[in-house]
Amino acid sequence: MKLTDRFMEGLDAPICLTWELTYACNLACVHCLSSSGRRDPRELSTDEAKAVIDELQAMQVFYVNIGGGEPTVRKDFWELVEYATAHRVGVKFSTNGSRITPERAAWLAASDYVDVQVSLDGATAEVNDAVRGPGSYATAITAMQRLHDAGMRGFKLSVVVTRQNVGQLDAFEAIAQRYGAQLRITRLRPSGRGADVWDELHPTARQQRELYDWLAHRGEQVLTGDSFFHLAPFGDGLPGLNLCGAGRVVCLIDPIGDVYACPFAIHDEFLAGNVREPRGFTGVWRDSELFTELRRPQSGGACGSCSFYDACRGGCMAAKFFTGLPLDGPDPECVLGHGEAALAALAGDATALPKSTQDHSRRTPTPRPCDDDPVAELVSMAARQDL
Amino acid sequence: MTPTFDRDRAWALDERVALRAESFGALAYHFGTRRLSFLKHPLLVRVVECLSDHDSAAAAFRAAGVGTAQEPAFERALATLAGTGMIVERAA
Repeated sequence: MKLTDRFMEGLDAPICLTWELTYACNLACVHCLSSSGRRDPRELSTDEAKAVIDELQAMQVFYVNIGGGEPTVRKDFWELVEYATAHRVGVKFSTNGSRITPERAAWLAASDYVDVQVSLDGATAEVNDAVRGPGSYATAITAMQRLHDAGMRGFKLSVVVTRQNVGQLDAFEAIAQRYGAQLRITRLRPSGRGADVWDELHPTARQQRELYDWLAHRGEQVLTGDSFFHLAPFGDGLPGLNLCGAGRVVCLIDPIGDVYACPFAIHDEFLAGNVREPRGFTGVWRDSELFTELRRPQSGGACGSCSFYDACRGGCMAAKFFTGLPLDGPDPECVLGHGEAALAALAGDATALPKSTQDHSRRTPTPRPCDDDPVAELVSMAARQDL
Repeated sequence: MTPTFDRDRAWALDERVALRAESFGALAYHFGTRRLSFLKHPLLVRVVECLSDHDSAAAAFRAAGVGTAQEPAFERALATLAGTGMIVERAA
């Protein structure tokens, strides 16, 4: 049996998982996957979070990708990072950089078991701040400068690729090089508040092709979080597993302990259970109805007869769901254009779009510098998994 | 990176690498490089696990029960693991 087929049947424990530690965030990015802003009062306590780490250690989950919200705003954040690494659970955390002081940068540089991922969605302040908010470019650059000065090497500069920044890939590469970081480019998803800005922000068909060629040329130099498997029909596929690992090899734990199939699927439809249940995270991972279903052989549906089905396997489940497309149909960004056609058939039918079941956006949007930009009127922090 | 691997030398799993048994073999994760590798054969896992008990990789092959015909494939696999720092040379 091919390795990818084994993975499609699910493993006894995730390879890695994303853990959003808090919905609280000091930014309000327009495309935030988790619709973050306000802290949820039901957030896991320090002791509950440590109990989850104990389970991850017992399951031999090598590392967790911690995000939020802005995870560093949790008062016990560094305590939890230390607890995880002391228990042989490695940590990579995503941050907007606002809490990376020179002292913290030195502490991070000294740890073998902690990796940092600084988010930046524009290679210029203009492009970045339109999405992540005023001042966020300067904050991220300062954080990277501090990490660099402290001697930290190979931390990640993490970029969600958009229509507005796809032309800046070389510039992102130069920024990463300047600070001794590794570039990580991931796919924009129509998840959380991302659903509201998808139409304006997701790369065009022509840009997808250019993006694929650029990434294929870089090979393993640029990380992708395995997020572009929907582009695999363009060529030989990019490095990585090139499959949807949702509920099979990855999953998401949210701040209140809810377990979802993947970081891009915070919706009741993809909710498998909660770590507070008697059998904990392990029970949810191994026996939940949703994950059991996801591990069964999937029908190719409308895509089954496509000669590229083996390459993309129908693309991203979350991208389909949040754009109103059937889960067994094409990805909205299908490189053959089937997704666009399916979306056109839905045009104007707002009832096709799922209603969000989780929203922690701040009720008063953060003031924006420029009100005539439609993007600027909306209001964090995206967190992603990497395989 | 050009992997350099000598089967007659002594090797060991890097101490920063954790192995997790799987039905297909094992997952190997290096906490220093943060690289994940898939060991796609149970026999390869046995070889890697017993490397530190033997004075050479060749001796580990024999101890794990790798057939002569299989050895070139296992050698290539170890060369890849050496090239990514998963296994390291040690004093015999």
